Order: sequence, then C-alpha cells, then structure tokens
Amino acid sequence: MGYAIKGSTGVWEVVVGLEVHAQVISRAKLFSGAATDFGAPPNTQVSFVDAAFPGMLPVINRECVAQAVRTGLGLNSQIHLVSRFDRKNYFYADLPAGYQISQYQHPIVGEGRIEIELADGSTREIGITRLHLEQDAGKSLHDRHPTKSYIDLNRAGVALMEIVSEPDIRSPEEAGAYLRKLRTILRYLGTCDGNMEEGSMRADVNVSVRRHGEPYRTRCEVKNVNSVRFVMQAIEAEAKRQIEVWESGSAVEQETRLFDPAQGSTRSMRSKEDAHDYRYFPDPDLLPLVLDEAWVAELKAKLPELPDAKKRRFMQEYGLPAYDAGVLVAEQATADYYEAVAKGRDTKIAANWVMGDLFAALNRAGRTIADSPIPASSLGKLLDLIADNTISGRIAKDVFEAMVESGEDPATLVERKGLRQVTDLGAIEGVIEGVLAANADKVAEYKSGREKLFGFFVGQVMKAMSGKGNPALVNEALRRKLT
Amino acid sequence: MTLTELTIASARQGLREKQFSARELTEAHLAAIDALNPRLNAYVTVTAERALAQADAADAALAAGKLAPLTGIPLAIKDVFCTEGVRTAAGSHILEPFVPPYESTVSANLLRDGAIFLGKTNMDEFAMGSSNMTSAYGPVANPWTRRQDNAALLVPGGSSGGSASAVAARIAMGATGTDTGGSIRQPASFCGIVGMKPTYGRCSRWGVVAFASSLDHPGPFGRTVEDCAILLGSMAGHDPKDSTSADVPVPDFAAACRRGVKGLRIGVPREYRMDGMPEDIERLWRQGLDWLRDAGAEIVDVSLPHTKYGLTTYYIVAPAEASSNLARYDGVRFGLREDGADLRDLYERTRAAGFGAEVRRRVLIGTYVLSAGYYDAYYLRAQKVRALILRDFTEVFVHVDALVTPTAPSAAFAQGENMDDPIKMYLNDVFTVPANMSGVPGISVPAGLDANGLPLGLQVLAKPFDEETVFTVGAALERTAQFHASPQIRAGA
Repeated sequence: MGYAIKGSTGVWEVVVGLEVHAQVISRAKLFSGAATDFGAPPNTQVSFVDAAFPGMLPVINRECVAQAVRTGLGLNSQIHLVSRFDRKNYFYADLPAGYQISQYQHPIVGEGRIEIELADGSTREIGITRLHLEQDAGKSLHDRHPTKSYIDLNRAGVALMEIVSEPDIRSPEEAGAYLRKLRTILRYLGTCDGNMEEGSMRADVNVSVRRHGEPYRTRCEVKNVNSVRFVMQAIEAEAKRQIEVWESGSAVEQETRLFDPAQGSTRSMRSKEDAHDYRYFPDPDLLPLVLDEAWVAELKAKLPELPDAKKRRFMQEYGLPAYDAGVLVAEQATADYYEAVAKGRDTKIAANWVMGDLFAALNRAGRTIADSPIPASSLGKLLDLIADNTISGRIAKDVFEAMVESGEDPATLVERKGLRQVTDLGAIEGVIEGVLAANADKVAEYKSGREKLFGFFVGQVMKAMSGKGNPALVNEALRRKLT
Repeated sequence: MTLTELTIASARQGLREKQFSARELTEAHLAAIDALNPRLNAYVTVTAERALAQADAADAALAAGKLAPLTGIPLAIKDVFCTEGVRTAAGSHILEPFVPPYESTVSANLLRDGAIFLGKTNMDEFAMGSSNMTSAYGPVANPWTRRQDNAALLVPGGSSGGSASAVAARIAMGATGTDTGGSIRQPASFCGIVGMKPTYGRCSRWGVVAFASSLDHPGPFGRTVEDCAILLGSMAGHDPKDSTSADVPVPDFAAACRRGVKGLRIGVPREYRMDGMPEDIERLWRQGLDWLRDAGAEIVDVSLPHTKYGLTTYYIVAPAEASSNLARYDGVRFGLREDGADLRDLYERTRAAGFGAEVRRRVLIGTYVLSAGYYDAYYLRAQKVRALILRDFTEVFVHVDALVTPTAPSAAFAQGENMDDPIKMYLNDVFTVPANMSGVPGISVPAGLDANGLPLGLQVLAKPFDEETVFTVGAALERTAQFHASPQIRAGA
C-alpha cells in the first residue's frame, strides 16, 4: 500500500488530478500579432485584438497550434485533426472581450499518458485526459492606488496549454514527480519554459479523499498554485482538511479553494452555488481548426529525443544505472553536457564527474549547467589527463577546483602549477628510500607483521612528493622495497 | 444635369469624360445633405471637409488618368464600419465617444478604389432593429410618404435605415450596410432602392462593429442593380484578418447584370406564401415571376420546409452571439464609462446608461439561451435547425438557379407603429432571415408601388458565391419593372 493519511477513524487514500496551465513559447499571441516577452513595461504588448476593440477579430497563430501538437505528441497523446474554439463568458476587468477563447468540447489533443519515477525507483503511469489551447487573461494590479485598480494587458491573449491529468495521482510525492516530469518534457520539446516563478506554468489541483476501494468522493479544486513544493503542501493540507470534515460527520462541499503557503492551509474562494455560468458556445469568429495529417507527421518526425527514450539509451549505450541515467536526462542541457564529456571516454567516470564534482560546483556557484564555468570540452580534457596518467585522480580534484576559479584549460593548469605526476621510477625509489630510512622503527614493525602500516608509508611518500607520485608506481615500488 | 440623380455607372462616365468634376459632384451631394438631413436624420456624421479633400484628390487622379473603379464617387458609410479618425458609434450611446484608430477592411477597400466618403449613416443600435427606431441618435425618416398622408413620417426599415434613406433621397450615390437578418434588403425594399447581401465570407467583417458574428454580412446599397454590383466588386475580397473570410476570386459582378435569364430555372418557395400578406405584395410577386417567364426563365414551385423555423431560430442564435459580442462594452477601455463604487457597479452603471431597451432585451435573451440548463433546449437546437435550413437551400439549388420571393411582408410603416410588440417587429425579417441563417446571397430590387404609393421589393436568392446569378436575375426584374417612381423627399425635388 502506498501513501495514506491516518485519520481518527482510520486510513484515507488521497486522489489527485492536476490541471496545468503552461504558457506556450511563441513570439506572438494566440490570436494576435502582439509580442509575448516577459517583463515588458505594462501595456506595451497589446494589439487592438487583445484589447477587444470594436470590430477586431481573432486569427489563429499557426506556431501556437504547432506547439500544442508537439506537446500532445510528447505526452503520447492522440492528436485531434479537427478541434474547435469556444467562448467562455465572464466579466472581469482584465478580460477585455468579456470572454476567453478556449477549447471546451473539442480540444486539440486527447488522451495520453506520462510515466513518473518515484524516490524508491518505482515508476507509475499517469493518464492525460486532454490538452487544449486557450488565451491567458491580463493582470489586475490592486495595490498601486488607494481607490483604483490598474490593468496590464501584456499577458492578455498569450497562448496557454491547459494539460489535464486523470485523477491517477495518489500522493504529494506523485504530484511532484508528475509536475517535474511534465516540466522536463515541455522543456525538451521547447513548447513551455516551465518557469513556475514567472507564472509560465501554474497548476490547479483537484483533491479528494476516500477509503480504499470506495468510489470517488466530492473533490475541491485548489486554484493557481505556483510551485511544485506548494502543490505538494496544498495536497496534504487539503486532504487533511477533508478527512477532518468527513470524520466529524459532515460532508465535503464541492468548491474552489486557494492555498496560502504562509499558513500552510487552504481557504474557500467560492462555493458551487457561486460558481460562474460560463455560457460556453462555439466562437463564431473562428472556423473549426482542421489539421493536415501530413503536417502532424512532419512535426512528429522533427521531435527531439524525449527524456524517457534518452534515459533508455543512456542505460544501453553508456551502461549507466537507471538512477544515474534519470538524473542526467532530467534537463536537456545536462544530458547534452554529459554526452559531450562521455564521448570516447569512460562513461561511468564521466557520469561520476558530472553528477558529483560538477553538480557540487554549480550548486556552490548558484549556476545552471547552461552557464557552467567549465565547458564540457574542458572536463573531457581533464578526464583525458587522468586516463593517460598525466595526473592522478586526486590531483585532478585540485585541478578541477582551479578550473572553476580561473576557467583555464586543464593541461595548461597542470603544466603551470607543475602538477604533472612523477612516473620516473628512479625518482620514486629515491624518495621511498628516504622515507624508509627515516622510519626504521615502523619498517621493523611492518616486517614483523603489522601490514596495516603499508598505507602509512604510501602516505609519507606521496606527501614527500606533494601528491604527484603515480599511485600505482609508488605502491609497486614500496612493496618491492619492503620485501 | 442634376448631379444627384446620376447612377454610379453614369457618374463614373461623366467624371471620365470631364462633364463635371468630383468636387462638383461632391459639393452637390453635400448641399443636398445640408438641405435634407435635418428632415431625414439619415446621417449622424457628415465629413464635408474630408469629402472635399478626397474629391480634390480624385480630380487630380482623374486629370492624371489614374482611374480606379470608384474614383470620385461620393458614398455614405453605415456607422457600424469603423472609420479611422471618424467617430463610429453603431447607433449606440455607449460608443458615443469612440473614434477608431483603424479603418474597416470594407471601407478601406472602397477608399483604395477612389471612393469619397460623405459621412456616417444612422442605424438601429448595434444593428438591432427593423425600423431604425432603436438608434440612440433619433429615428430616420423614409423619404417616401403615403399618397394620402404625406405628413406622417415613415420608417426607412432597419437596421441600415440611414444608408437606405440617404441613397433613396439622392444624398448619397451608394452606401454600405450590414445585413444580419435582413438589415440591407428590408430597408432597400422600404425605400425603393436596391440592397444586396452577398454570401457570408464574401466581404470581410474586420472593423465592423459586431452584432452576431455568424450572421453579419456587409453589403452595398445603390439605386440600380448595376451600382450594387460595382460597389460589391470593390468591397469584396479575401481578408486574412477575418478567419471567416472566403479565399475565392471576385468575379466581374457588373458584367453579370448584362446577362439574360433565358434558360434559368427560378424557384418559387411555397412556404413564403404567408397568411395575411397584403394583396399588393402577392400581386407584385406574381407579376415579377411573369416578367421572368416572359424573359425566357422557367418558373418552378419548390419547397424550403424549414423556413417556418427561420425566424424563431434566428432570434436565439443572433441574441446569443450578441450577448457575448457586446460584453466588451464595459466602460474599462473605450467608449462610455459611468464610474461606480466597485467594478461590478461600474459595469452596471455603464451598460445601463449606454444600452437602449432593444439591446438590453437581446442581451438578456442571449444570456438566457446560453445558460446552463437552457443551452441544449435553445442554442444547440437552434444550431441544428440552422443546419436544416442550410440543407433546404443546398437541396433546392440542385434544381433551380435562383429563388424569387417578396423581400418583406409589408411596405414601410409609420414611425411609432409596431413598437408595442417586439414579436410583430421581428416578423419584418421573416423572408430575409433564412438567407442569413444559410449564408446564401440575396438582393432586394424595387418592383412596384402599393396602393399607398409606397415601394415594394422583390428578393432574389442564389447559391453560395453565386452572386452573379443574383445580379443577373435582379437586373432582369429591374429592366422589366421599369421602376421610375421617386420619393417625395429627395434632392432637387
């Protein structure tokens, strides 16, 4: 049995479905030519269509459609060759037309699925119900003036993909894994940057609880949660709230709620009775969206290798364990970096360096792999210096740190700092003789059976050589001298 | 020569032969507007200075031999077409302060072809009406009056009442209109002129203040069928800014007016014989069919069985779309704003002050039929019936080339009549609505006078994108009808 919450009357299962709003990467908006750059001054990216001026008409942006199709393909989903746009009618100051153009009954993408990986190494499949295209609204700013609200329409009309999951998620951990996996896929596809802080990915979380084996109970929707961590927290908080309601003998009411990260709890936003009647109907300004099968096939042929396939390939081609492969494919940039380092080299050593020293260095510097201080080619050269015995693995760690600091080429660094390892057997034997002479008592102990002292002698020799002695040669020579 | 009496076709020739200048032609119309508009209220905005500047540019073009199809022709533009820098209010108080920063595609096409704009014409508020009585800018008078009672002012029909009145009174050579349920053809019939509604998708809706997007059709008014053909030739064309605009070639509509009807099969839909229809209209209809038969056409009885549902379904679909299209008039970004205590209060005050009674009624009906629990019974069912109405036309046009019917069930009525009962008013559209529901092209051609001396029109319909047959049959009716009566109120009278 998986995740469960223990209430006062027994154990409860959590049922979660996610609706993710992912902002489409495109130069222009879904139905107008206005730009979509993040952070532009207010109301500088607004066309007359976005501001819903009289007589203005929407015209679909082909690139946004292509992005939705790519995403659908990436989510192993059915692509609907005929879909339709509907109007969702409601009044709000940042919704200029008084309706949002969305796809209600006939979405562009139908059922699909994605595989998530959990901490214990197990995997689960989460069903995708649908993906549809819709317009984003503008932004209302209520804190700039004591009695007025300000409206910024830059975001109004920007294309969103709403990606709806089946209620297949059973724990906060699975929800987190689902969101991260979805984000990875979207980034691989280049269809959404997945940046939750900037609001380009937001989640509505549908939560209900039940006893094992029961049908679904009433769910609540927690709106607009903007980080993976908050989604996980919101699920737990909302599930616990619902369990309390059920266990107190009441019934959970279907409603829309908000998550307050500061309080770590959810609160009611509007009840079912106050729910909007959106009066959906087909948008008469737009014809049904009809896709050419050959065009879809062309998009499919040009899809990049996706994380699941890449992971399988890393395991087969590079002999990596599942965990390492999973870590390395989580970001396209990491996978690319790794492949550049591993090419023609020991793939396992390459993986250890990328996942170990490089990740640690990036973490310390607060940088991403895309702006790594050490390019993949330099890390590769460093590994070559180890492989051809120019430096030892231990010295390589120092060289690596120096590379982080200076960005210098590893070979240059080794030469400049004189770190090239000593492979001259005569020189090594000379040092060994000195060490043994200075520690005659330890030599005697060793010879009388305290073989553990071998490590001590190695240490002394390496110390005397500033760590530059070739470890294999030092070991071999020592053994000879001590017998 | 009375310049205001000229047709567009003859004025074009006169301008090219230097019989008069575009400035003279324009000045004659502006003077007539000055004289008659106070009585007719056909124009809500007269752009005299602009018109004269455009006329001078036209004269320069004529002098340089740079001839466009409409160089120097003075037109009136329905106030539903956005005109750059010229207030566009669509008959509504809510748009009273609105000056568009853009030009609608249709009016831009006319300007491209050299037309001169005299001003913007009055209309029912947001094109909702059949009498022009719902305009926030006052009613429009029909230039025709009853023989026995020339004091009573009659309606010009609607919603394009200002355009129809202006063309009939010779204070514009032609005009633009929009036809959502008959708003070009019915006023053309009431005012004794020609009004043409092309196929849906033939003229771009970009820049036209929307009433019901799937039913709105821009089209021309003229005093002859040929003038309408000339105007439509300039107005039509594919527009990538309107997703419902059709990418089809624009044929020479004027050439179609010169073709004969010999061998054409003309259908007479039996469902258009309505109980209580005035005998004058029946008689004129029969006469029109006789003319066509005499000219060599074959007359065939046909059936459009779903016609009887046309009006009912129209009054579900049109308000539904309107309720959504008019949501943007909220006082936030343009037009009228009545400040309120909060956002909801601002909406309520602005829309209560800005919309007239008929608009409010249709927004309410539209909101109702789209509401949860009612959608299937009303909107969805109406859409299904609409598909059946289209199928009626598709099937009938396998057998016939065109249909001929009366345009409206009555002649022009007096201002104030039919105001007590909206349903009675809606019945005006009974013969015109099916062409909007199906998108087929249609024209109203003046064919005679009733017992009161008021004009009556006959309607010609044909299959989608076959405007040429509409013009051919319309021109044939025009030639035989020899309709030369003119209204009492007109320039030069």
